[in-house]
Amino acid sequence: MMETLLLSRIQFAANISFHILFPTITIALGWILLFFKIRYNQTGQDRWMEAYRFWVKIFALSFAMGVVSGITMSFQFGTNWPGFMEIVGNIAGPLLAYEIMTAFFLEAVFLGIMLFGFSRVPNWVHTGATFLVAFGTLMSTFWIIVLNSWMHTPQGFEMRDGVAHATSWFEIIFNPSMPYRFTHMVLASFLTVSFLIAGVSAFRWLIGGRTEGVRVALKTALVAAALLMPVQILVGDMHGLNTKEFQPAKVAAMEGHWETGGNVPLILFALPDQEARENRFEIGIPNLASYILTHTWDGEVQGLNDFVAEDGTILHPRVAPVFWSFRVMIGTGIAMLLLSWTACFMMMRRKRGVEGLPKPMLYALVGMSFSGWIATLAGWYTTEIGRQPWLVQGVMTTAEAVADVPAPMVLGTLIAYLVVYALLLSAYIYVIFYLARKMSRGEEIGTRVAPSPKAVPKALPAE
Amino acid sequence: MNTFGDPTIWLPFVFAGLMGVSILIYVVLDGFDLGVGVLFPFADEDEKDRMIASIGPFWDANETWLVLAVGLLLVAFPVAHGAILTALYLPVAIMLVGLIMRGVAFEFRAKAPAPHKRLWNNTFFAGSLMTSLSQGFMLGMYIMGLEWTLANAAFSLLTAVFLTVGYSFIGATWVIHKTDEYLQRKAVDWAKGGIWGLVLGIGLISAATPLVSARIFDKWFSWPEALYLSPLPILSAVLVVWLWWMLRRMPFAADRWSWLPFAAASSLWVLAFIGMAYSFYPYVVPEQLTIYESASAPESLFIILIGTCFVLPTILAYTVLAYTVFRGKATELRYD
Repeated sequence: MMETLLLSRIQFAANISFHILFPTITIALGWILLFFKIRYNQTGQDRWMEAYRFWVKIFALSFAMGVVSGITMSFQFGTNWPGFMEIVGNIAGPLLAYEIMTAFFLEAVFLGIMLFGFSRVPNWVHTGATFLVAFGTLMSTFWIIVLNSWMHTPQGFEMRDGVAHATSWFEIIFNPSMPYRFTHMVLASFLTVSFLIAGVSAFRWLIGGRTEGVRVALKTALVAAALLMPVQILVGDMHGLNTKEFQPAKVAAMEGHWETGGNVPLILFALPDQEARENRFEIGIPNLASYILTHTWDGEVQGLNDFVAEDGTILHPRVAPVFWSFRVMIGTGIAMLLLSWTACFMMMRRKRGVEGLPKPMLYALVGMSFSGWIATLAGWYTTEIGRQPWLVQGVMTTAEAVADVPAPMVLGTLIAYLVVYALLLSAYIYVIFYLARKMSRGEEIGTRVAPSPKAVPKALPAE
Repeated sequence: MNTFGDPTIWLPFVFAGLMGVSILIYVVLDGFDLGVGVLFPFADEDEKDRMIASIGPFWDANETWLVLAVGLLLVAFPVAHGAILTALYLPVAIMLVGLIMRGVAFEFRAKAPAPHKRLWNNTFFAGSLMTSLSQGFMLGMYIMGLEWTLANAAFSLLTAVFLTVGYSFIGATWVIHKTDEYLQRKAVDWAKGGIWGLVLGIGLISAATPLVSARIFDKWFSWPEALYLSPLPILSAVLVVWLWWMLRRMPFAADRWSWLPFAAASSLWVLAFIGMAYSFYPYVVPEQLTIYESASAPESLFIILIGTCFVLPTILAYTVLAYTVFRGKATELRYD
């Protein structure tokens, strides 16, 4: 049973990690495409439409990846985690239903018009379809974050015969961590997309595709990144304080902090040792963690040892993964802040714009194309592993939800998923840069032949 | 909340109905685009492009009906959802991998370098085939009461093949409607070649269902229920004969009635589905769990129902809008 639990957890983690990569792109890219489209409507300049046409293809690709990996998860609730819906289904169910009904259909139906409808419908309908798809992705984010946040900070329900029943939908939806987690995730999406657009545009610029469309995309992305990065740091700090209030064990694991006390140092590096219940090779800045978490220099912070029951049952997550993924998120975030500000400073200097970016800067941007993915995944690992051993904080544990499927069967499907995901991820990244190279050579993706119902099309039709 | 009587009775019934409608819309809509994928090896390269163009703007929304159906099962009948999906663990996993493969192949085949296109075409075919076969297998297992025995697995393999041929049949009728000239004539031949799968499939399931359960046997063959049920087989037989008659004469002059085979095929699905729903009601897990035993709490169902009343008509309206925008013969799909 332990093996089935661990394998099921790894399988779900693999699925959800693979899945979140693509919504992280489509949530914000939808709105950025809408921005390109509106700028085109306002100015009539082709460069905005050029940027739109390139990035809508990346959007379509990401969207398809997100849809198919999302379907997988809705089935895994049943195949691997039936206990989840049996115990908290009365709350999770309506939230998921609203996500499907208000978001999934909106996105899926108007995506067709957004992708292929530009020459078939009036311009305003096309702009409207772009808006509805962007709005749909945001609605989807909202509902799923509501459910996820409720699992971290549950309220508005009562337990009857071991099953959760809703008492206040307002309290369930506006649970304490929801506003922070929602804002944090939406900003993460915008930052991920900004760095992706900046990276791919820098790549095109470097290999000679110096069109006006590339220029506006690069500039838009860098300005957005530089403006949003400080906001994200502020929101992240507020989110952390919220977590400290409701899930102190998670914060203690993030900080690698064992004993409750004041004057807590901010640990930069350590190897947390769960068995010895101490850190090895610890390097820290005195009192800084106290200041960050309580905003006073000697504030008291709860340690992990407070979360061990009398009988020795450990009620806090494994420390090392939470501790490290938190540091990866922060480190990537700092690198993103420095890079975007330096790039914007270079563009502003003597108002040279994109021409002001030296080659090393462009290379750095290409290297950071997927930095948002790393930070987002690390952040989710921090918060999700940090909730363990709970599935719904204080209500049910992860072990209570798992299905009694034989371990070898779970291992078999896990390997199959991992192989498929590895291949698809490689293909995805390869195709993005392939499209970038192709556009930079001045080749259109798709032909210029006027569409005729009678002619058998020779071109690539599913674009 | 008590306006219509006991909410623990009518709410599960309404949700079973909603779920049934979603499954029905799913098997018709995704049925045709899965079928187009299954037919891929019979088409040459240019025809493949045209066939993809005929389903390109729709497939994504079509699959969303599956998400809704499973979502409704999950939210309205959580215990049944767990029981059914753990019993069908492996076929579900195969279906999901298939859905992933075909979903991404749509995008990659058009965007990857030309030499890779073949690979993605094959991925699209393999994914569609895996999805269809595993859905047919699950259908068979469901009818057999979700018991893993050798005989049940053998029966389910048969339903897997028949459902796949049935999907390719409805896929062919879609291609008849959305294309013209040589490809259309080819699709007429495909449809003529595929109709037997549908007939045998419906026949096999109709023969097996009453034999598996005495309860269903009574429901079918007792008087006067048999009389009320009789329009289903009669109408189905009429539709099959009419389809066969039509397909032998297609295409008609000036492309008249090209939508009729698809409409008739959809009607056949509807009839078959009504028959199944009638037989299995009130069970959601055959002979084990009724919809009333496995339903979520009424207050949770009620809050979903309120949303559904507003949202479902909207979804239907903009689905119709999308099919209207992309009506007529499939042309090259273009971003501009």
